[in-house]
Amino acid sequence: MLAEMITRLFERSLDDAAQAAAREGQWLPALWTEVEEMGLPLALLTEDQGGFGLSFAEAGEALRLLGSHAMPLPVAETMAANQLFAAAGLALAEGPAGIARADDLTLSNGRLTGTVARVAWGEQLDCLALAVGDTLCRVPRAGWTIAAAGTSANFHPRPTLAIDWTVDAEAALPWCPLASGATVRAFQIAGALEAALDMTLSHTATRVQFGKPLQKNQVVQHELAKLAGELACATAAADLAGEALARHDVLGVAAGTLRAREAATAGAAIATQMHGAIGFTREHRLHLYTTALWAWRDEFGGQVSWAKLLGSAALAAGGPGYWPMVTGL
Amino acid sequence: MTAIPFPAPPADSAEVVALRAEFRTFLDEQLKDRTPRQRSDNWYGYDRGFSRAMGQAGYLGMTWPKQYGGHERSAFERAVIVEECLAAGAPVGAHWIADRQSGPSILKFGTEAQKQAFLPRIAAGELSFGIGMSEPDSGSDLAATRTKAVKDGDVYRVTGTKVWTSFAHEADYVILFCRTSGTPADRHMGTSQLLIDLKNTPGLTIKPIIDLAGQHHFNEMHFEDAVVPADMLLGEEGQGWDQVMSELAFERSGPERFLSSIELMVQLIEVLKGRDSDAAQITVGRVTARLAVLRRLSRSVAGMLQEHQNANLQAAIVKDVGALFEQALPDIARELIDAEPDPRAAGAYASVLANIVHNSPSWSLRGGTREILRGIIARGLGTR
Repeated sequence: MLAEMITRLFERSLDDAAQAAAREGQWLPALWTEVEEMGLPLALLTEDQGGFGLSFAEAGEALRLLGSHAMPLPVAETMAANQLFAAAGLALAEGPAGIARADDLTLSNGRLTGTVARVAWGEQLDCLALAVGDTLCRVPRAGWTIAAAGTSANFHPRPTLAIDWTVDAEAALPWCPLASGATVRAFQIAGALEAALDMTLSHTATRVQFGKPLQKNQVVQHELAKLAGELACATAAADLAGEALARHDVLGVAAGTLRAREAATAGAAIATQMHGAIGFTREHRLHLYTTALWAWRDEFGGQVSWAKLLGSAALAAGGPGYWPMVTGL
Repeated sequence: MTAIPFPAPPADSAEVVALRAEFRTFLDEQLKDRTPRQRSDNWYGYDRGFSRAMGQAGYLGMTWPKQYGGHERSAFERAVIVEECLAAGAPVGAHWIADRQSGPSILKFGTEAQKQAFLPRIAAGELSFGIGMSEPDSGSDLAATRTKAVKDGDVYRVTGTKVWTSFAHEADYVILFCRTSGTPADRHMGTSQLLIDLKNTPGLTIKPIIDLAGQHHFNEMHFEDAVVPADMLLGEEGQGWDQVMSELAFERSGPERFLSSIELMVQLIEVLKGRDSDAAQITVGRVTARLAVLRRLSRSVAGMLQEHQNANLQAAIVKDVGALFEQALPDIARELIDAEPDPRAAGAYASVLANIVHNSPSWSLRGGTREILRGIIARGLGTR
């Protein structure tokens, strides 16, 4: 039901012109208003916290739809920020929000200073859910200036923020914002791969070469099968990360995000190859998804960091402890 | 959107958690003398004593009705037993096929007399089965089966040849896929399944096929006017194709489709102990992520099969992605550790590596080749 509402809204309001404007760094106020009116920023909250109390599957579907429509605005980030704020007992965001953890931040005598790199739409946000050590700070827009510009692989703003704020809202950190970010990105990756598979099926069914649709070639069919395998893995990986996040298990999040990132890489490559040259253009919508996949797979902790986290835990478990560790993920 | 549903497997119940702990203790005791090299045989380790111990302890025929010796537990509880066996390198070969697919087929299609005759003995770990599908001229193209069974009074007279039959020289029975009418040109029509007593069928000869590692798992079964009692027909005459297809979802989605080389991972981690570089951490992390997700996909299919949903497409995906994973492990290990594979080495790592290198090519052939599986997946996507 929520899924149908989201789909209708995005099909109506998230057209090619909106996507092109977002790629130029233009905020889409009308679209954001519609997203807020639908209540999407509260979608990960329980009913007690003022959310809709969506089931795990419904919340996952909402996140996947952000991916399958290549949503350019920080809706997933705002959902994750509100989930953190609610868990920590802090006030919810009153507009778009970001989540971050940064190493070069100092909190002394209540004053928070330092920089936070590559925050999606950092100039437009209402507030930031910022982890400083074991503390979650709610930093409003007045708490930062833009230190440097930055752009994601799908051409959305990722500025570096210079923070200077006397903290008036803080709480014990419920869990790491990077785990939240990596989890929502895993769902978005699964959604984007779903869209990429759809487009690839449709393109190879209609594009005729050598007198027959591409799809009638066995070699093309096998690539489609591989793409479906990557989609299955990304979907399961996102679910795995989501369940792990719910029990605050960062190793499970690591496993889910890593496999989703691998699927993003492999899936984008197959989809592009199967489209031929048209998939390399802005003329065809495939680029909305491939460039998003190339952006999302490296955000909220890099692949190397997540792999080292999970790998060092596996090595520490030792040979005999390896399987029990895997069944705990 | 072309979503391929993989429903979330349920969280482990208290019973499942308890079962896993209890079963790990059982395996520790049973396998305490098993070497890493033996463990790396994984699901083709064959030990009747271990299978009887499994049966006596109630770990076979887990989901079957109690009246046939089963234990009426869930598909997920069975999945725990299966994955723990594989992860520990238990020698499951003597009950593997019977517990996984022959027993379920007999339960689904068998006569009351067949159920009573076979199922309690399988559940006790006493009756070992092989698969009787492939032929010299029909490997991937199963519908081209030529082996012919002709009804003659109260017997079938069987003529033809089956190949790649694992453990036919050890096992007690196979379920033979054969033609009871028409010709190979009729494809799926006119095929049937017969229960064949490997130890007691006049006209049946079994010859070894030695694999590239010099091991004897495979066999050729030659039927020369072999006499099989007519009451050994499984299911309906002419319905063999549908019956055999329902067997395959069980055969393609289980954890054996990604755990075949798990002992190499265990030994790799042991070798890396104390010298885990960044590269080691990164690689082991990525392998672990793939493994965890495959396990989730496989458990998802177990849930679909428990609900009697058609999971043929999902099972094909699990096997395709799973085989890529288990076949990739030797090369992943080779990028981290300098070691020559040595089939006769005394040391654990070199001998396990050799066994995995030798056996891994078969994992994308058995149970449906990679090419067949991708065809099934493509058909599921609507391309053919």
